[in-house]
Amino acid sequence: MFMKLKKNIAISESGFVFNPEIGTSFTTNSLGVAILKQLKTKTSTEEITSSIIKSYDVDSITCEKDLEDFIRILEQFNLIED
Amino acid sequence: MKNKKDITVAVTGLNAIDSPGPGVAVIRGLKESDFYNVKIVGLAYEILEPGIYMDELVDKVYQIPIPSSGFDAMLERLTYIQAKEKIDVIIPNFDAELMTFIKLKPHLNKIGIHLLIPTKEQFEERLKGNLNEFGKKHDIKVPQSESVYSINELEDALEEFDYPVVIKGKFYDAYVAHSINDAKDYFFKISAKWGAPIIIQEFIKGHEFNVTALGDGKGVMMGAVPMRKTFLTDKGKAWAGISIDDPKLLKMTNDFITKSKWGGGLEIELMKEDKSGDLFLLEINPRFPAWVYLAVGCGQNHPEMLVKLAMNEEVKPLKKYDVGKMFIRYSYDMICDLDKYEQISIHGEV
Repeated sequence: MFMKLKKNIAISESGFVFNPEIGTSFTTNSLGVAILKQLKTKTSTEEITSSIIKSYDVDSITCEKDLEDFIRILEQFNLIED
Repeated sequence: MKNKKDITVAVTGLNAIDSPGPGVAVIRGLKESDFYNVKIVGLAYEILEPGIYMDELVDKVYQIPIPSSGFDAMLERLTYIQAKEKIDVIIPNFDAELMTFIKLKPHLNKIGIHLLIPTKEQFEERLKGNLNEFGKKHDIKVPQSESVYSINELEDALEEFDYPVVIKGKFYDAYVAHSINDAKDYFFKISAKWGAPIIIQEFIKGHEFNVTALGDGKGVMMGAVPMRKTFLTDKGKAWAGISIDDPKLLKMTNDFITKSKWGGGLEIELMKEDKSGDLFLLEINPRFPAWVYLAVGCGQNHPEMLVKLAMNEEVKPLKKYDVGKMFIRYSYDMICDLDKYEQISIHGEV
């Protein structure tokens, strides 16, 4: 499944995320920042999963499940393009 | 900056209270002008308006008669003040006084006072009670609204609405009513304070966005900064907010100013409905909002621009502003000597 972060979403290295269109802000951890950076361009969940598995000690099933949860939160916060 | 022009500007709305008037924010913008060296004449209705006691912002204060005292009383008082202060521009900051200033404008112009305010037609068109017609005319979605003048009319009108509904005063105050009894209570509460009509408005569930803007009176939007309230008081007033980048809000503001040829400051209040994402116009306030200093902080000094326009100086419209700038209000106890209170109480000026 491909998806992309809405344009103009500001992400700082500290994990602070700002949506300038509606003025909402969120915080995330370093892994969240890494995922959001990948989503700046249209990316598949498979690509993101494989990049996480390369860098972290996690099995693919757990990673896919957690990524799905994370993306659901991004959608809920209106950060993903329709 | 060298060679700033000296100018005297009179400002109302010095009531920097929990539901603040815009006067102090407007003055802060003017005092930061690179173009003008501004002397501020505060015009106060009540002797405990905090702006009266802010010596660093306000140079001289006069008490003025409340709008219901009528046209003649206000003209007489302003003529007296003008003889002493040589005011160049007045910036009215209350909805309730604006009609008086609209009527006074030609008389004030004759004694050398300039104003950039909407016309009577513009002022009346955007009244809360006329919102349905306004929406149709300008092709803007508005919540269903109805004006009522009596408790019987309220009861009849409420049959056409689902709960909750919003009960609003013609100038100020708005409450969300969850039952007919709530609605009746709010009707009495608001009408006792502001008179009739009372406006019943459909409740839109969503997030509120506001725009502060300036029109030149000839159809050009001179500047606009949209904001999302991030912290509300129990009166629904913004205690904190953040500037945002939403082209739809700016386009709606620009369309309105262009079509109406609005002159002066204004605030547009909109609700973005959660379920549809549609924007609904809630109100157009015919003056700067109390949070106008956020626009100054974002790089658009609307109060300074208004004064320049009123004085026929050349002003270029501003499009850019900083996104993600926040304002946060705070309370602050000033310690004041009794003599100032005495002077404004006894002499009506200080």
